[in-house]
Amino acid sequence: MSTVTTPPARHASEPPAPAPAADPRRGMRRRGRIIAVAFVLPALLLLGALVVYPVLFSVGRSFFDASGDRFVGGDNYTGMFRDPATLKAIRNSAIWVVVAPALLTGLGLILAVLVEKIRWATAFKLLMFMPMAVSFLAAGIIFRLAYDEDPDKGVLNAAVVGVHDTFSATSSYPTARARDGQGLTKEKDGAYATADAASPGSVVHLGLVGVRPQDLPAEARPAYPQASRTAGGDELTGVAYLDFTPGGGGTQGQVDPDESGLPKLRVEAVRDGETVASTTTAADGSFRLTGLDPGTYTLRLPAENFAPRFDGVSWLGPTLVTPAIIGAYLWIWTGFAMVLIGAGLSTMPRDVLEAARMDGASEWQVFRRITVPLLAPVLTVVFVTLVINVMKVFDLVYVIAPGPVQEDATVLATQMWLVSFGGGSDQGLGSALGVLLLLLVIPAMVFNVHRFRRSQS
Amino acid sequence: MKLTRWLGNSVVQAFLVVVGLIWITPLAGLFLSSLRSARDHADGGWWTALTSPGQLSFDNYTELLGNSGMSQAFWNTVLISVPSTVLVVGIAALAGYAFAWLEFPGRDRLFLLVVALLVVPMQVGLLPVAKLFGELGLFGTIPGVVLFHVAYGLPFAVFLLRNYFAEIPREMLEAARMDGGTEWRIFFQLVLPVGRPALASLGIFQFLWVWNDMLVALLFANASSQPLTVQLQSQIRQFGSNIDVLAPGAFLSLIVPVVVFFAFQRHFVQGVMAGSVK
Repeated sequence: MSTVTTPPARHASEPPAPAPAADPRRGMRRRGRIIAVAFVLPALLLLGALVVYPVLFSVGRSFFDASGDRFVGGDNYTGMFRDPATLKAIRNSAIWVVVAPALLTGLGLILAVLVEKIRWATAFKLLMFMPMAVSFLAAGIIFRLAYDEDPDKGVLNAAVVGVHDTFSATSSYPTARARDGQGLTKEKDGAYATADAASPGSVVHLGLVGVRPQDLPAEARPAYPQASRTAGGDELTGVAYLDFTPGGGGTQGQVDPDESGLPKLRVEAVRDGETVASTTTAADGSFRLTGLDPGTYTLRLPAENFAPRFDGVSWLGPTLVTPAIIGAYLWIWTGFAMVLIGAGLSTMPRDVLEAARMDGASEWQVFRRITVPLLAPVLTVVFVTLVINVMKVFDLVYVIAPGPVQEDATVLATQMWLVSFGGGSDQGLGSALGVLLLLLVIPAMVFNVHRFRRSQS
Repeated sequence: MKLTRWLGNSVVQAFLVVVGLIWITPLAGLFLSSLRSARDHADGGWWTALTSPGQLSFDNYTELLGNSGMSQAFWNTVLISVPSTVLVVGIAALAGYAFAWLEFPGRDRLFLLVVALLVVPMQVGLLPVAKLFGELGLFGTIPGVVLFHVAYGLPFAVFLLRNYFAEIPREMLEAARMDGGTEWRIFFQLVLPVGRPALASLGIFQFLWVWNDMLVALLFANASSQPLTVQLQSQIRQFGSNIDVLAPGAFLSLIVPVVVFFAFQRHFVQGVMAGSVK
């Protein structure tokens, strides 16, 4: 075993031995500089290699073609406005910038003012601010779910369909039809009418098939108890029923004990081609048309009964997808706008507001004439901040817009991604889009930095 | 007069209750969906679980955590977010102190450059850095993702911390220097403790930013280094049929930031507010 001892390595942080300098102060200053450089070096290295260099590279790259071999000058920039997909992205980004920040600032202002008036303000603010903690991806999944087109899955369409069905009188049976040769014939417009004429005082049953039992409205009741009812002298009565006994059995063309009535079906009495009376069926499918003059009538089930069911709104279809995604964006950012504006509100001179109220100003006047003008600087900051963020929106669009609708929803950031990495692989155009994004953000950013520095000094 | 005010107040209360309900509904929808089977989902919306709570179980979560891809992605998210946060805060604190209190040539001009870099959207960096990482063998690795996040987190972080540290009273630093403290010691024993509020806000903001990021990881991570967001994103194409994976996955990814939010409300709000200049 050797007993060689190595001299202890000098610790890195230990100061280097002072050079035999004539002026010790100068040495100290030099040492100070070296330390200072050591402090900033990690940050500068990273920024230089991963931010400054890439910006320069991108700017240069944007003047070359897709493969990067040929210098094309400004072609990528002019080409943006000729390529329909990119043009669409520019248009959508413009919609975002015009709509979202204004809506958010307005909503934030209203909520900030209102929340001052309640006792559970803190809880409300927390709730509204919470979505800021949620990733765009998770928010995207949340809203993909909420916007689902199937009203049995998407809560928004469930609400829309629910409201619609509450206000519309008739149910719809899009799949219902009549069996041939059992009293009902189909007319040209899709309506069904009785083949035989009936006169007041008679009972007519209208049997339909083709409705799956699980598709019947929840209120539907068996038709049988009402089927044996008789009609008055000026009446036509009967039941509209599903001529199908679950589990088999029963006689076709006859109301059997287990057969269900068809509720909310429109029934008309027609004489000489003219509708003289109409009604809708009850839960058990029964109907009663009264006040009929003697004569012969046919009973008609108009086509509206068989119209396709109202299925709500296609939120994520090509036309509504951008507003829908902006809606999700509102969910995330409203709390931010509200809290920031609320902070501005809390620094407002209370006595000014109180004095105005004392002088008999209404709440609205106080809001219009005092609150909003005093808040103008804060509102501007919120607005500008949102413009910057809206311009860069990517994840939300990428996640919420379903594949086929992606190109209808595309914005600058997603388009830049698609062009550069998502199959387009035109890195010249992609770089140009990135540079465009940078140029668009600069003015808003300069404003924000100025404001921040002013607030610091 | 009193009556109209009371009436007005009730209308405001009712309105805010409605707004609050609207805000909580999508989240409640996700949570309830995450507790239902795919079969229940096909049969009806999550609100049916309110009347038949028998649908709810934690099976999806046990399944999810047993899924090696998902739990790997969860750990990747942690392995990306924590170092990114620590590095940004650490490197920016060093630089922020130097920009505020140390003298070196070109200091003010360099700081102005850092401020100017605040404007650069990450998108501009994606392509060139991807090439660079490709050559360095960092592409597809967790360190690559971390480095990118650190670099793009730095301009704001340095800006914030320099401005905060600049507020430290000069006499305090002079006194420490008189006592013979090295810059290194002053930094650790004086600057960092004084700067705690700013460091906390910055740390929370940065953590959240990275935890929630999808864009950077979408490009720089590969199948074995991808975080939760990317893993979930890759499954969105079959949206609907795999809601029993997507919903609990999304909930898992958002519960960590939401807990951070409730635990550090004040710093959180300040961090997000300050970070919004980004």
